[in-house]
Amino acid sequence: MSPSATRRAEFVAGLVAVAPLAAGSVPFGLIYGVLAVKAGIPAGLAIALAAIVFAGSAQFMITQLVAAGTPGPLVVASVAAINLRHALYSAALAPALAHLNGAWRAALAYLLTDESYAASLARFEGAAAGPHRHWHLLGAGLGLWLVWQLSCIAGVTLGSGIPPGWSLEFAGTLTFIAIVVPLLRARADWAAMTVAGVTAVAAQALPYKLAIIAAAGAGMLAGMAFDRRDPR
Amino acid sequence: MSLWLTMLAAGAVTFAIRVSFIGLAGRFSAPPWFSRMLRFVPVAALTALVWPDLLVTAGAIAPDPARLGAGVLAALVAWHTRNILLTIACGMAALWLFQWVLR
Repeated sequence: MSPSATRRAEFVAGLVAVAPLAAGSVPFGLIYGVLAVKAGIPAGLAIALAAIVFAGSAQFMITQLVAAGTPGPLVVASVAAINLRHALYSAALAPALAHLNGAWRAALAYLLTDESYAASLARFEGAAAGPHRHWHLLGAGLGLWLVWQLSCIAGVTLGSGIPPGWSLEFAGTLTFIAIVVPLLRARADWAAMTVAGVTAVAAQALPYKLAIIAAAGAGMLAGMAFDRRDPR
Repeated sequence: MSLWLTMLAAGAVTFAIRVSFIGLAGRFSAPPWFSRMLRFVPVAALTALVWPDLLVTAGAIAPDPARLGAGVLAALVAWHTRNILLTIACGMAALWLFQWVLR
């Protein structure tokens, strides 16, 4: 996309970029709704949660924790742990959004997800910056938001009409695989993946999803270490 | 009621995490090492979610053959095609096939 792309062109490009990821979120949203109802979360709250938290893995984890009768503060702590990666997305995007007003920043922060970040990543890494590229992020964020809300509502409504045996939650895992694999360019990326993966599995017994934080941190350090040895 | 409070708190925490650096943007500049580290965020953070899904079953390190097989196959599809939807479709089809075969 050229640097002078219009707001509308950026917005549409964001929608297009997030479309396959949004489609992949549909089965994940459906199974979230089914599990939320099964966990005893009232239908209204289960639907509201998709807008309140707007984070697939966190919502999925909440249904598991609520079903297990986990106390509220521990649920919140686990949500913080699993969503902490968004602070790093926030940091990566911050310089490019520094010129925006508070309302824009709040809206884009609310809409920041793995999917919208992945969809707009190339637009923000590229050399052809463009003054309206935050509209790309808005398009990706809003597109995903709409599809996600509808999927979660459908899941809550259909409820037991969707058999858990279909393992639809696996679509979430597959979406992340589809995002990560194309990002494995240099040896440093492979190092980051391997160390993060091994750490996450080895530390999985840690409480409150702390393994996720430990693994992401270890993976990033491994990537940095290899990056230094591997000048490009 | 307390469930609503829990969810609202979870939402507030999530928003605070997401707005953190975007909200402060322009008021400080990140050191170069920090910016370099950010390149590895999606790979490291998402892998931290994916591997346990493939290799951990009911809290123990015990790969479920169907999920692990489908995940590896999906990774190969992603590597060769870079197509997100095809990756998810092949992964789900493989999962159902493996679950049916291994039943």
